[in-house]
Amino acid sequence: MEQEELIPAEDFCTHHQIEYSFISSLQNSGLISITSVESSSYIHPEEINKLEKFIRLHYDLDINIEGIETINYLLEKIEAMQKEMVSLKNKV
Amino acid sequence: MDFVDYYKTLGIEKNASTDEIKKAYRKLARKLHPDLNPNDKDAHKKFQQINEANEVLSDPEKRKKYDQYGENWKHADQYEQAKQQQGSRGFGGAGFGEEDFGKYTYSSDDESAFSDFFESLFGGAGSSGGRRSQTRYRGQDYRAELHLSLTDAFKTHKQTLTINGKNVRITIPAGVENGQVIRLKGYGSPGANGGPAGDLLITFVINNETAYRRDRDDLYKTEDIDLYTALLGGEKTIDTMDGKIKLKVNTGTQNGTKIRLKGKGFPVYKKEGEHGDLYITWNVKLPTHLTEKQKELFTELSKL
Repeated sequence: MEQEELIPAEDFCTHHQIEYSFISSLQNSGLISITSVESSSYIHPEEINKLEKFIRLHYDLDINIEGIETINYLLEKIEAMQKEMVSLKNKV
Repeated sequence: MDFVDYYKTLGIEKNASTDEIKKAYRKLARKLHPDLNPNDKDAHKKFQQINEANEVLSDPEKRKKYDQYGENWKHADQYEQAKQQQGSRGFGGAGFGEEDFGKYTYSSDDESAFSDFFESLFGGAGSSGGRRSQTRYRGQDYRAELHLSLTDAFKTHKQTLTINGKNVRITIPAGVENGQVIRLKGYGSPGANGGPAGDLLITFVINNETAYRRDRDDLYKTEDIDLYTALLGGEKTIDTMDGKIKLKVNTGTQNGTKIRLKGKGFPVYKKEGEHGDLYITWNVKLPTHLTEKQKELFTELSKL
C-alpha cells in the first residue's frame, strides 16, 4: 500500500498566517477534506493547491465562503467545458 | 519604455485617498485575478498591471516618488544623485536622509512581473513583507493527456514532451495506470509578482492493444487448448507480456479452469521488481469436423 504524507493543519496555518477556523469553514462547505488523526487535523497534499487558491480568494480579494463555493463551482464547470472543447476539436 | 499612468490603470483620480486606491484595486483584482481567469493571458497581464499600480500607489513613499517625478521619471536618478550629494555635504542632509529611496529590499523571483518603467523608477520588483502585502501569485496549473499503449506502460521509459516550446524529458515508471495523474512541479504558467510557477498535471490514458485484461497489477488472459490436451494432459506454450512460458496442463482439465501465475502480471507502480499475477483461463476447443474414424472411436468411448 502506498504511503501518504499528510500535512498538519496547524503547521499549514502558521505558514500562511491564517486562522484554522477558515480551513474548518472550507471543510464544512465541502470545498476541501481534512483528515483527523487522534484529535489532530491533517491536510492531504493533493488539497494544498486548491486550499492555497481559496486562501488567496478570501484574504486577498475579500471573498467569503459562499462566494468561494460559487466561484469554485463555476471554475470547475469552465474546466469541464474547456476539456470537452479540446476533445471535440481533436475529433474534428 | 513608456511612462505608466498608475492612476489611470486603477481608474482613480490623482488625489485619491488610500481607501479609494484599495477599493479600486480590489474591484479590479476580483475581475482579473489569475485564479478566476485560468489560462487567460490577457487577464493575467492586466492583473500584473493593476498589481504594479497598487504596489506603487498603496505605498506612501513609492507614491510620493512617483508623484514627484511623474512623467519626468527618466531624470529621477539624476535628481536622486544631486540630493544625495547635497546631503553628504551637509546642505539640508537630514531631510533627504530620511527619504532614502534606495533602502527597499526586493525579493521577487520573477522581475518580469513588473514593467520596465517600474524597474527603472524603483529599481526592482515588489516589496517583501507579510502574506497580505506580498501579493505574490502562483501560476496556473496546466493539464495534459499522455496516451500510452499497455505495452509502453509495462516498462519504465522516457518520453520527451513539448510544453510551451520547452522540451521536458520525463521518466514514466512501469505500472502507470489508466487515468493516473502525475504532477510536474513548476512546468505550469509562470507566477505573478515573483510567485512560483504552476504545475503541469499529466493524465495517462492507457490504450489496451493486447489480448490481456488488466485489473490494477493483475493480468487476465484466455488461452485455447485442444480436447485431447485437456483430457490427457500435456504442455502448452503461452505468451506473457515479457516472453513465452511453457505451462503444464493437468489431465482432465475442465473448460474455464483458471490458473494463477504468481509475479507474471503487470509491474507494480514505483516498486521495482514487483509484479502482480497473471491469470490464465483454459478454453477447451472441441473438434468441429470429425473424421469417420474419430466418430467411430468417440462412439466406442461413449459406450464404455
